[in-house]
Amino acid sequence: MNYSDTSIAATTPFLSLENVRKTYPGVVALDGFSMEVRPGEVIGLVGENGAGKSTLMKILGGVTKPDSGTITVDGTAHDRLSVEGSLGSGIAFVHQELNLFDNLDVAANIFFGREPLRAGPLRLVDRAKLRTMVAPLLKRVGANFSADTPVATLSLAQQQMVEIAKALSIEARLVILDEPTSSLPLAETDKLLDVIKALKADGISVIFISHRLHEVERVADRVVVLRDGMLAGTLPKSDIGHDQMVKLMIGRMLKEREKASEAARAPGATALAAKAIRTPAYPGRPVDLDVRRGEILGLAGLVGSGRTELARVFFGIDSKLGGALELDGKPLALASAADAVAQGIFLVPEDRKLTGILLDLSIAQNISLPNLPAHARRSLVSSSAETATAEKQKKDLGIKAPSVQTRTGTLSGGNQQKVVLGKWLAMNPKVMILDEPTRGIDIGAKAEIYGLMRALADAGVAVLMISSDMEEVIGVSDRIAVMHEGQISGILDKDRFSQENVLLLAVGKQPK
Amino acid sequence: MSKKDLGLLILILVVGAIVAIINPRFLLPINLANTSNLIGLFGILSIGQAFVIITGGIELSVGSVVALLGTLFIDFIAVRGMGWPVAFVLILVLGAIIGLAHGWLITRLKLQPFVVTLCGLLIYRGVARFYTGDGTAGFAFGQNFPDLEFLTAGRSYGVPNSFIALIVISIVMWVVLHRSVFGRYLYAIGKNEEAAKYSGIRTGRVVIAAYVICGVLTALSAIYFAMYTRSISPASHGQFYELYAIAAAVLGGFSLRGGEGSLIGVILGTVLLQELQNLVNLLGIPSSLNFAVMGGVILIGVLVDQQWGVFRERRLMVDATRKSASGAAAE
Repeated sequence: MNYSDTSIAATTPFLSLENVRKTYPGVVALDGFSMEVRPGEVIGLVGENGAGKSTLMKILGGVTKPDSGTITVDGTAHDRLSVEGSLGSGIAFVHQELNLFDNLDVAANIFFGREPLRAGPLRLVDRAKLRTMVAPLLKRVGANFSADTPVATLSLAQQQMVEIAKALSIEARLVILDEPTSSLPLAETDKLLDVIKALKADGISVIFISHRLHEVERVADRVVVLRDGMLAGTLPKSDIGHDQMVKLMIGRMLKEREKASEAARAPGATALAAKAIRTPAYPGRPVDLDVRRGEILGLAGLVGSGRTELARVFFGIDSKLGGALELDGKPLALASAADAVAQGIFLVPEDRKLTGILLDLSIAQNISLPNLPAHARRSLVSSSAETATAEKQKKDLGIKAPSVQTRTGTLSGGNQQKVVLGKWLAMNPKVMILDEPTRGIDIGAKAEIYGLMRALADAGVAVLMISSDMEEVIGVSDRIAVMHEGQISGILDKDRFSQENVLLLAVGKQPK
Repeated sequence: MSKKDLGLLILILVVGAIVAIINPRFLLPINLANTSNLIGLFGILSIGQAFVIITGGIELSVGSVVALLGTLFIDFIAVRGMGWPVAFVLILVLGAIIGLAHGWLITRLKLQPFVVTLCGLLIYRGVARFYTGDGTAGFAFGQNFPDLEFLTAGRSYGVPNSFIALIVISIVMWVVLHRSVFGRYLYAIGKNEEAAKYSGIRTGRVVIAAYVICGVLTALSAIYFAMYTRSISPASHGQFYELYAIAAAVLGGFSLRGGEGSLIGVILGTVLLQELQNLVNLLGIPSSLNFAVMGGVILIGVLVDQQWGVFRERRLMVDATRKSASGAAAE
């Protein structure tokens, strides 16, 4: 690859799509979409869930065949790409869900299936050569770990670096990052954005898909906005801004973050109190924390700082190793999640698809599940009672679905999250714990979920929100508790909210 | 009745018609009565298995439990002189205890169902053989239990009472599986145990209950089998019965991953298996081929079902694409 002729490099796109159309049963996923990517260009691709981003990625990866349109890669026009064709022309993907074997080491992952072999009939892997091949790749992505590190011991950002190194190993010319930062804490996100800049410096193009608009703002040379399968607009570098992107994404201006009323709220009585709680993740570090009625307490911190583990103890999934829990001043013993639910302590878990809902069950069945005996007569489920409860939640929360009998697996992420909320809202929460409640959710649904949390707090519920999204923590919380390596490193009141203070506490330093 | 169940029913009727044409003895009342007796015996067993499979588990010790509890039952009433109703209840309680033990090992000690019940398969068979000194448990000459014999091996209006028992149990268990809160929990756990737990369901208790139900139904069928054979050599009695039960569930549309299947399905699966056994006998196929025929039919059945699903999905896609394309053209 030679990009010395910059005039050609700047004018000839590496990839261009023209009038690409793709329909699925009942849906037009892409409707005459066109875009181009020039060598060494970082494109920010944004759009609400369901705007057609995934379909676009599938077409570029050769997994899906478009109905019509042209895809030109490196000067060659195609009707469609095959998986091999896509890979062969240097298009590499780093998916939101990483495709690494965590039981193998870094080198084995990068060259999986393409290992250098030693001479001889046994086809043994030449481990020495493998290491020398991997080292420069790791250096390029700025990795601070070695080739023989087991992937299981790496952080998420480091695993993403391995994926990017893998892309470099096939001499990728276009790296597509699908929501790479959605599960990364702030400090690690910075590293990843640096890697993107390094790729760009090497003349490699990048398509960066993200819901986190301020990150797009930081790295993109150009932003392409998708809406309803169509190109809603392209923003040149000078015009990239949060509000412009949102406007194009939803077709109107939206006050995204619901501002807490400026009048100071009188804090309510303590609902849930943790007294020197020790969790299995950090057995040597006791946690003290009060969640008060009527407040949204933001729980910030780096991924791995022990926030989710604390929530699991509050919800009775894990048993505490020491300390005591109190609910409304009375001792609270939790042997299982069922005990927590019986006390009105509910959790909206981090992993919606694995633990939040049952994808194969209908909306109504999911919503009634925690409170099924109340929807039954003589132990027999009453489907009319079930439907009534679900209809009410569907209406209150604005769940978009043909009916409450719809399988939740077919809903968008935001609507699935609303089903999770609906099942708890139907049963009078006392303490509501939400773990990354808006991850992977589009902007419109995000605002609605913030509104719901505020309404819960106003109704006297104690709301504990775990979030790695700094803007969200600062914009939504009434108080912010920050965790660092298993302990609460500090609690900020509203007048001391700032990104800097949260970050300082998250890395274990004192705020200003 | 789902489409899957309906397909299975049609298959049963078609196979039945073919066998009847080739060998009209198939429709003789004596043959039908014998076959429906066996359907009753194996059906009770298979329903129990189905409750475990729906949670994503498996129960491999069924055959050995049939041998052990059958041996004990005959020993209790024929040798130890226990009243049969007492022995009857005692055997059911023993079945429940076995299920409880399995469920406890699986949910509390986190052992895999396959491992736990495989060990059960070996242990109960061994205990049964030891108990009889590797002999045969049976009744002495002239020993009679008229009421018990009527209930288990007798007939009402020509219909075997074991078959009637199956129908009663099926109706009760249908309600439990498809209409009750407990049934909903079973499906939820089978689909995604973790999510069920996060919804506040005490998943451990529900899974244990499934194994207890399986244990009790297996114990009940053990009594029926004992009264049907009237003598038991524990080394071979009930061998492979767990596989009949699993096969019936799989034929009936159950997924071994859990969360899928219907009660009607497992009953129809049992009916088809017994029909095949009968077919082997009536069509003069060497009985040594018995298992091969069963295995072949199950394989074909599962294959057809799976391919049919793929075909239907594709047709739906094509239809919908056509519809949206013509809709777009109309605009």
